[in-house]
Amino acid sequence: MARPKVDKIAGTECDFVYGLKRGIPITLGYVPVGFTFGLMVVAGGLSPWVAVFTSMTNLSSAGQFAGIRLLLAGASYLEIMLTTLVINFRYVLMSLSLTQKVDPEISLGQRLICSFGITDETFAVAGVENRRLSFSYLLGLIIGPIIAWSGGTALGGLVSTALPPQLSSAMGIGLYAMFIALITPPAVKARPVLGVILISVSISVVLRYLPLFSFVSAGFRIIIATIVGAGISSWLWPSSDSEPQTVKE
Amino acid sequence: MKGAIANPIIAVLLMAAVTYLTRAIPLTFFRKEIRSPYIKTFFNYMPFAVLGALTFPDVFTATGSVISSVAGCIVAVLLALKGKSMIFVTICAIIAVYIVGFVA
Repeated sequence: MARPKVDKIAGTECDFVYGLKRGIPITLGYVPVGFTFGLMVVAGGLSPWVAVFTSMTNLSSAGQFAGIRLLLAGASYLEIMLTTLVINFRYVLMSLSLTQKVDPEISLGQRLICSFGITDETFAVAGVENRRLSFSYLLGLIIGPIIAWSGGTALGGLVSTALPPQLSSAMGIGLYAMFIALITPPAVKARPVLGVILISVSISVVLRYLPLFSFVSAGFRIIIATIVGAGISSWLWPSSDSEPQTVKE
Repeated sequence: MKGAIANPIIAVLLMAAVTYLTRAIPLTFFRKEIRSPYIKTFFNYMPFAVLGALTFPDVFTATGSVISSVAGCIVAVLLALKGKSMIFVTICAIIAVYIVGFVA
C-alpha cells in the first residue's frame, strides 16, 4: 500500500480512518466466524443472547469456542476459566509485543480501551504496521471487528434453527480459512515467514499426535508452538532491520 | 452430557475477565523499550507462529469430516496464494466444504 510514512504519531482523524480501512478485511472475515459461534451456542441449547453476550465481552475466537464447549459439557467454573486462560495466554505475548509499537504518549485509559480489541487478527495487522500506533489508529482498527464479531454471532444465533445442518457444520472451516488467508501471502513473499510457519506447525502437529505429549492441553500446545517456533526462527533468520513483514490487506 | 451446567452468564463473565487481563496487563503496565534485536525479531515472527499453530492440525477436524475439512483447507490455501481477500477465501472454503459434504 503506497502510503507515505507518517512521522507524526499524535492521534489524528486521518489515523482513525486509516485504522478503519486496515480493519475492513478483519471485519468482513469475522462475520461468518462469529456466525458459526452463534450457531454452536444455540445448537448447544443456550439462548442466542448468551451467544451475543459472550462475543461482546470475550472477543476471542478459539477461547470462547472452547469455553462454551466446556460449559455445555458440564465443566466447573475453574475448569472453564483455566482453559480460557491457557488458550488466550498468547494475548499476553501479543500485548507485550504491542507495547513496543504503541505511541508512548497513549494514556492509561486509552491503553485499557485498546487492550480489549487485541485479537489474533488485529494483532497481525497492527503488529506489522511500519509506524508508531496511535490511539486513533487502534480505535479505528478494532471497532469494525468488534461490531462484526457480535453482529455475526447474533445472526448465527437467530437463524440457527433455520439453517441446514450440513451448512452449519461446513461453517466450522471459516475460522481456519480466515487464518490461512492472513498468513499465506506474507509467507509467499518472505522466506523466513514461511520458515516460522512451518516450524510452529510442525511442533503443533507433533504435540497433538505423538502419544508422548498427550498430556499437553490445546492451549499450551499453541503457546509452546508459538514460543519455540518464533524462538528458533529468530535465531535462524535474524532480520537485518526491525522492519516487519507486510500482511496482506 | 451431564444434566446441569454452570450458570452461563457467570461462566461467560469469568471467561471475559480472564481474557481481558491477558490483553490489558502487559499493554498497560509494561512501558520499557525492548532493545534486543533477537526479541524484536521474535515479536515480528510471533503472529505467524500463533496463527500457524492455531490452524494446523485443527483445521483437518473443523467440520466433523476429515475429507471435507481437507478440501476446504486446500481451497483456502489456493485462493490465499492467489492473494484473494479474507472474506472471499473464507466463504469459498465454506462452500467447498458444503459441496464436498454431499459428495463424500
